[in-house]
Amino acid sequence: MASNSPQIPSIAELMDKIKSGKIFTEIAKEITESQIWTSSFRHGYADTPRNRVLQIASNVWLHLHPVKIHRHALRIKFTWCMGGITFLLFLSTVVTGVILMFYYRPVGEYAYYDMKYLQYDVPFGMLMRNMHRWAAHAMVITVWLHMFRVFLTGSYKPPREFNWVIGVFLVTFTLLLSFTGYLLPWDQLAMWAVTVGTNMARATPFLGNEGPFAEFVGATPRYDARSLLIGGSVVGPPALLRFYVLHCIFIPLIAGALMIVHFWRIRKDGGISGPL
Amino acid sequence: MAQAAAAPKKKIEAVPDKLHVWPYLVRLEFLCAIVTIVALTVWSIVIDAPLEEAANPTKTPNPSKAPWYFLGLQDILVYFDPWFAGVVAPVLIIVGLMLIPYLDVNPKGNGYYTYHERKVAIWVYCFGFLVLWIALIIMGVFLRGPGWNLFMPWQYWDPHKVVALTSVDLPYAFGVRTYNGAMLFGGMVLSAYFAIGTAVYFFMERKALKSVGFVRMFIKIQLLLIMVGMVIKIVLRLGFNIKYVLVTPWFNI
Repeated sequence: MASNSPQIPSIAELMDKIKSGKIFTEIAKEITESQIWTSSFRHGYADTPRNRVLQIASNVWLHLHPVKIHRHALRIKFTWCMGGITFLLFLSTVVTGVILMFYYRPVGEYAYYDMKYLQYDVPFGMLMRNMHRWAAHAMVITVWLHMFRVFLTGSYKPPREFNWVIGVFLVTFTLLLSFTGYLLPWDQLAMWAVTVGTNMARATPFLGNEGPFAEFVGATPRYDARSLLIGGSVVGPPALLRFYVLHCIFIPLIAGALMIVHFWRIRKDGGISGPL
Repeated sequence: MAQAAAAPKKKIEAVPDKLHVWPYLVRLEFLCAIVTIVALTVWSIVIDAPLEEAANPTKTPNPSKAPWYFLGLQDILVYFDPWFAGVVAPVLIIVGLMLIPYLDVNPKGNGYYTYHERKVAIWVYCFGFLVLWIALIIMGVFLRGPGWNLFMPWQYWDPHKVVALTSVDLPYAFGVRTYNGAMLFGGMVLSAYFAIGTAVYFFMERKALKSVGFVRMFIKIQLLLIMVGMVIKIVLRLGFNIKYVLVTPWFNI
């Protein structure tokens, strides 16, 4: 391989190679023929139609895709990429969220100080928290834009009606995930935003103590839709624990299950929509 | 000239309609993921998530705002009681969205952008999403200050701003002063709104009744009337100082 002494090319030759793009094929050749490369990878990848199909069909992560798609489905002008980005942001919140869970205790006495600890003492704690929060906010926006795109292209029309319904559930669960997470920092912003939000539950007709017809059901401040949600009559430590469990376990599980159905139905309904 | 025009057309026809996902889609997804993750990381390095002082149940901030994505709903609390703005309206939004594919039976515009083939659908969705949802959120985030009063961006958020509460109920404005009379009047106005709206819609779309179906058309027009009714209520409140249309011992609208 390196038996002949290396020739040092002139500047003009080198510029020529860079301009023509030949330099890249030469570098690639230099790497893929090296001893390290050839000992690691036993054979090359032949770019044949059969291999292209196998790359998708025989890979557990990629086989979510069909092996072939319509040309229009690749156009970002058509898809806006928003569904995929929403899923990616969801995965980002899962990864950063699990890391945050190592440091955070959903207990009234500790929660706020764990946030401070995360921000000032844990290596990359602030970055993890920022990424978790911003990804969650971005996810709310991208899921709305995804829905807007799907509406504008009429993609909810037959045969995709049911997948639209699943999608509406997913939008709702995205908002609920974000809302339950909003309480966890246990600061003033969290407590009062969730107080404002959950106060609505006590106006639920029949089931909320201030809602219409509550007197026929017997709803009281300690025993109505709102107290079921927050475990008491004010947003206190029981609410923190409830929202934590909803945020980390209950809603992600349901949303994850619905996502599986959502993606599966895209394929079963004939791929992403397009003019046929 | 004719040859030059014909040549590229032929070329387009020769391009296959279906492409391999590997590499064409996977590489696009990969690029998209990289851009998103880089943007998220930069955003997270540059801007810190907010953390205020520790939660204190005895210290209510003014204004107390819900998370920004719910501020559209919080804003219609000005015009509706909590049972509607906080419970019934969100349920109607969710159920209404779910019903869209079953109510919109226009077969055109399936899988491509078009305005001309489905003007009404586009208008209704854009109005609901961009005006009633997004615009109200922007207003709630930036323009609502202490006491949920409206402040322009250049105005000082004065916690002692006095806003005269001079609004009256619709029956009162029309001279109906007895309690039962007001209830009757309000109920009649509300019923008439829905009855006339439904009747007009059915008359205008009478030819479609057979193909679309009664139930579908009925649900569709009720949802539309509720949406338009919310706008009417907002206009009544802001323009004519009307508080409620219907007042009953159990609930007010």
